[in-house]
Amino acid sequence: MDEKSYLDMDLLRFTTAGSVDDGKSTLIGRLLYDSKTLFEDQLENLERLSQQRGEELNLALLTDGLRAEREQGITIDVAYRYFATPVRKFIIADTPGHIQYTRNMVTGASTANLALILVDARNGVTEQTHRHIFLASLLQIPHFAICINKMDLVSYKQAIYDAIKNEIQDFISKLAVPDITFIPISALLGDNVVHASKNMQWYHGPTLLYHLEDVHIGSDENLVDCRFPVQFVIRPRSDTYHDYRGYAGKIASGIFKPGDSVTILPSGFSTTIKSIEGPQGEITEAFPPMSVVMQLTDDLDISRGDMLVRQHNTPFIGQNLDFMICWMNIKPLTAGTRYIVRHTTRETKGIIKEIQYKIDINTLHRIPDATKLELNEIGRISMRTAQPLFYDSYQHNRATGSIILIDETTNETVGAGMIREPSAAVSEKKKKEQEK
Amino acid sequence: MLYKDTSLMKRYNLTHLQKLEAESIYVIREVAAQFERPVLLFSGGKDSIVLGHLSRKAFYPAKIPYPFLHIDTGHNFPEVLLFRDAFAKNLDIRILVGSVQRSIDTGRVKEETGKHASRNYLQSITLLDTIHEYKFDAAIGGGRRDEEKSRAKERFFSHRNDFGQWDPKNQRPELWDLYNGRKHHGEHFRVFPLSNWTELDIWQYILKEHIQIPLIYFSHTRDCIIRDGVIYAYSDYLHLDDAEKKTVQPMTVRFRTVGDMTCTGAVQSKAHTLEDIVREVATYRISERGTRADDRRSENSLEDRKKEGYF
Repeated sequence: MDEKSYLDMDLLRFTTAGSVDDGKSTLIGRLLYDSKTLFEDQLENLERLSQQRGEELNLALLTDGLRAEREQGITIDVAYRYFATPVRKFIIADTPGHIQYTRNMVTGASTANLALILVDARNGVTEQTHRHIFLASLLQIPHFAICINKMDLVSYKQAIYDAIKNEIQDFISKLAVPDITFIPISALLGDNVVHASKNMQWYHGPTLLYHLEDVHIGSDENLVDCRFPVQFVIRPRSDTYHDYRGYAGKIASGIFKPGDSVTILPSGFSTTIKSIEGPQGEITEAFPPMSVVMQLTDDLDISRGDMLVRQHNTPFIGQNLDFMICWMNIKPLTAGTRYIVRHTTRETKGIIKEIQYKIDINTLHRIPDATKLELNEIGRISMRTAQPLFYDSYQHNRATGSIILIDETTNETVGAGMIREPSAAVSEKKKKEQEK
Repeated sequence: MLYKDTSLMKRYNLTHLQKLEAESIYVIREVAAQFERPVLLFSGGKDSIVLGHLSRKAFYPAKIPYPFLHIDTGHNFPEVLLFRDAFAKNLDIRILVGSVQRSIDTGRVKEETGKHASRNYLQSITLLDTIHEYKFDAAIGGGRRDEEKSRAKERFFSHRNDFGQWDPKNQRPELWDLYNGRKHHGEHFRVFPLSNWTELDIWQYILKEHIQIPLIYFSHTRDCIIRDGVIYAYSDYLHLDDAEKKTVQPMTVRFRTVGDMTCTGAVQSKAHTLEDIVREVATYRISERGTRADDRRSENSLEDRKKEGYF
């Protein structure tokens, strides 16, 4: 690595999905091993553990974390791994493929740029494959890399790869997936993971690592709709900064500049941005995911949970929400129950009005008349909140379209919601605009 | 080769260090917004120094709205204590000290004996007692997920029950950037704003931001002994037998982590500047915690200590 190149590196977050025997742990081990990210003591430890189990170097053991997991030979939770090449740093959210699968995959997917989905070439497309692809598309991960693994066990045959690829493309055409790449690999032997395979001359695409380094993530953020949820108000109350009021927070979407006129929600007052400061001082443009401090020209009563937007591009404002939810708790979701709602920096209470349907995530069929959602189930619900939220549809804006539900008694996070653009909300917004 | 439409993409895409910095500042502000009595756990090591630096940025021009807490084993590197006091004065923050010696004197913990005795394991009790005494509801720590396998599963907001314990099998899911810091009376949170940083990221950031760090991170010559393959700085805190005393020798070393003198191993190094260190870290073949004797006690060493309330 040359001296200053790290100042130019960018960051890609990806999530891995695969069933227990798809070779996911082996693939991650292979990426770390072949990209020379493993340390010697980790490698020695791996050799020792492999020997104890009477195995050759077992790269899958690298991703075994907690004692309970090693004892049971399973992964319990999302584990985060890191590696870097000279052009990019990578964060892997490694999610287990069995119990609590949905909950963990949704967690890992919520912050990912790319979903890496593994398919065993011997078994072809299974219900699990459908489930993984559905969840990744539900969470709106912008890029998909589908790795058809264990090609060595099907004699590296192109026909098998083509058949799987066609079947997945058929399935995906029903979903909204913006960018998809197929790669035939053998994680165990290293074909097309870091080094191009000599066994598959018929494949002319990138290796997995090349693709991870090269995939274009610059346009993944929403740069159009200006949304700045106020996170914290900075008031030094010192002699030098006697009247200073700075509104700190993370840019959810859009580009803000000093001099822009902005509207404050929920008050509806308008004012102008006086200055924006980033971590290195004053800046002329702020965009996601920057953490900044804004000063405004007028002295207004603004607090955490308020949102700065542009006058002619406002989010939906309302108390009736329609959203897809992934349920994450043993205690099922039922209509009529109250929860604490967190959305951007806003917290309020909400009551479930109705479960519209739940989804069979293996067949994608809708099941109407559901009375409850169990752990790891996905459904569409309606909710009424105690205070209005300022939101966009998740499809349009991940940052202002996502919501979590918290149990009032246990304080546990119990559900992850992706807000839809409901007809009711549209009319609420229109009504508001007509009033102006 | 990497950038296809260079101008726009570069203009509205942050570098990896900028993204990490933005994420950490967001998490730090979230602590100030969601908790009543936060505290920052300060060891004098590079990670907690970076946390201090990010805290200043997060609330500037206001003062950092929480005190720093140092758990003092009494076996510190003198260089680190000097640094700690200068750092506190410089940033205008209040530093509280939780003393392991006091925990020993009051009978809360029992000092280990024998050749490998270390106070590292006793710190958890002192830490939990201090959190309880001051009624802190959130303790910000410099833990990173790349450090060790049990850290790889930590949340940014990590719940601790009213005994201060971590339950790794029953953690709250953490989605998007919606952090849930709700808790019952007596419970607290550990918050790890540097979760996604690696050792190299930390050093690159220290270099880029010209952050001051204690001198023991740079190459220097000092008396050392080698025990079980680990290089220790010679000090009165180590229980040396006569054979070992004869092996004390001056070595040119630096430290990759800062713990107390009984468990922190050195590496041989000629890295005199931050540039040297960044270059050295980029080529390391041994993991950072591989130099820590406290993690070598068993396969599950850190996992077990974390469950009991360790940093």
